[in-house]
Amino acid sequence: MLLFVFRRVVGAVPVLWVIATVVFFLVRFVPGGPFDHERTLPESVKAQLNAHYGLDRPLAAQYGQYLLNLLRGDLGPSYKYPGWAVNELVWERAQVSLELGFWGLLVAVGLGIPAGALAAMRPGSWLDRGLTGLATLGICVPTFVLGPLLVLAFALKLGWFHALGWGGAGDRVLPALALGLAFAAPVARLTRGSVLEVRSQDYMRTARAKGLGESRVYFVHGLRNALVPVVTYLGPAAAGLVSGSFVIESMFNIPGLGKLFVSSAFNREYTMICGTVLFYAVALLALNIAVDVLMVWLNPRARAGDK
Amino acid sequence: MKPSCVNDTPAVATPCHGSPWRQAWRRLSQNRAALASLAFVALVGVACFVLPYFLPYGYVSQDRMLGPVPPCAQHWLGTDILGRDLLARLLQGGQVSLQVGLIATLVSMCIGVAYGLVAGWYSGRAGALMMHGVDVLYALPFTLFVILLTVVFGQEIGWIYVAIGAVSWLTMARIVRNQVCVLKTQPFVEASLCLGQTPLCIMTRHLLPNLAGTIIIYATLTVPSVMLTEAFISFLGLGVKAPMTSWGLLIKEGADVMEEFPWLLFFPSCLFSATLFALNFLGDGLRDALDPRSTSTQKEIKE
Repeated sequence: MLLFVFRRVVGAVPVLWVIATVVFFLVRFVPGGPFDHERTLPESVKAQLNAHYGLDRPLAAQYGQYLLNLLRGDLGPSYKYPGWAVNELVWERAQVSLELGFWGLLVAVGLGIPAGALAAMRPGSWLDRGLTGLATLGICVPTFVLGPLLVLAFALKLGWFHALGWGGAGDRVLPALALGLAFAAPVARLTRGSVLEVRSQDYMRTARAKGLGESRVYFVHGLRNALVPVVTYLGPAAAGLVSGSFVIESMFNIPGLGKLFVSSAFNREYTMICGTVLFYAVALLALNIAVDVLMVWLNPRARAGDK
Repeated sequence: MKPSCVNDTPAVATPCHGSPWRQAWRRLSQNRAALASLAFVALVGVACFVLPYFLPYGYVSQDRMLGPVPPCAQHWLGTDILGRDLLARLLQGGQVSLQVGLIATLVSMCIGVAYGLVAGWYSGRAGALMMHGVDVLYALPFTLFVILLTVVFGQEIGWIYVAIGAVSWLTMARIVRNQVCVLKTQPFVEASLCLGQTPLCIMTRHLLPNLAGTIIIYATLTVPSVMLTEAFISFLGLGVKAPMTSWGLLIKEGADVMEEFPWLLFFPSCLFSATLFALNFLGDGLRDALDPRSTSTQKEIKE
């Protein structure tokens, strides 16, 4: 198992290198530099700034320096906030985004899996129809439609939560719901379909035949196997969670990484763009590896590909 | 975001009456939900591209004295803060959103099909490497790249189309590749090889027609997902620029003032969600019609 994790981590390194390289050259080949927006800057000052940050050196030298710094875990200085390192700024914002993502994922899994499992218990019943209908609806209503509706209902009309901000614990509820519900719907549908499929498997009959209780058959033998496709889905879903968090952060005015990324892209803040993209990439890759590990735990047969 | 219900069985022609396309149409026309969806999408499309010529208001014409009014006889869906007719703006936004859906899908289709064909044909080490690349790309934060591209290339509509298309071809490539791997072993491919046809010729002349059904199905399912991406980018204020508009931008503008003028959020949200809903249903229906073996949705519903 350790070897499996180790190999996945090693395999992620070239991916990160490709991302780092693509972003590095992408941002430098487009018109406009990090100091072009401040119009008041005289040419000489701008030249000095560029020299200070090493932006006047040949591209190859910059690239080499950048990779060396990355190896040491240093993302470089921030241009916009002098005196700050990108590491500090990214980490500060990332904590907020990671927390939001965690709650969102919790909502998606915590609502989606029980709903799907419940619906699959009695297929065709009104409960099943209702839940399936809700899930279909949930798949088609995007985050940025659901979010404002939640705010309108629970913040502005009922006044239970704040419409904006990221202060107390109550401020976590609406963003987490808005983010998580969009993913709870597909999770519920997948769980339902896969539980239905598992129900007709031979080993379920065997489990019943040897006299196990219905709940044990359902949860231990059925659900555990049924969760494999759901867990597989969580990998790609994580990427969607990132884009969803962008919308949520902008909607609820949450000081997360998404806002930092968008503003740095506008300002051509080379170091910050690379830093945020790399952070997201590392987070996603880590989550994907975690999903793979979970898969192996759920279904030892998945280890077949890892000979 | 959406579960990609990938089914790997290729649609090998079944011995029946009528051409396969005719059979598919017959199956589709029996599926009422899919037909209704088709009608709805067609209606929205026609309305967006034709109706603006008959409206008394343009999508930019302002009436600041009027300001925002709720739906009334003059303005069926009301007006926004600048007194612009919401119906006209909704139709204009629909033009942009539907165009994005079509063009970005076309772009992603071209890349995905070409990539999948090549990776499937050279299924040895080269193909495996290509598909490994796709697996890696699946895990990447693509939205970041779309945002980066749209920001740095100045929010040109055309560029947004291409950028979205360029990052949504992965599923298509995977599906086409799986199909090609199966089709490759069929006698007609061997026959073509014996006749000395080049791989390029076999791919385009013989494999592509066999793949058409699958490609259509997944292209249809790609349309709502790229429309969603565009709306998402516009919602963040990175998409189309004012006074041009799209459904995502309209939803954003509506969300900003939803407490005072709820209709500005309500109508765009409903229309957008309904269109996505219909497109998804249409895609599922097409899958059942063109590829009757993969009745994933049917199974899910009937069970």
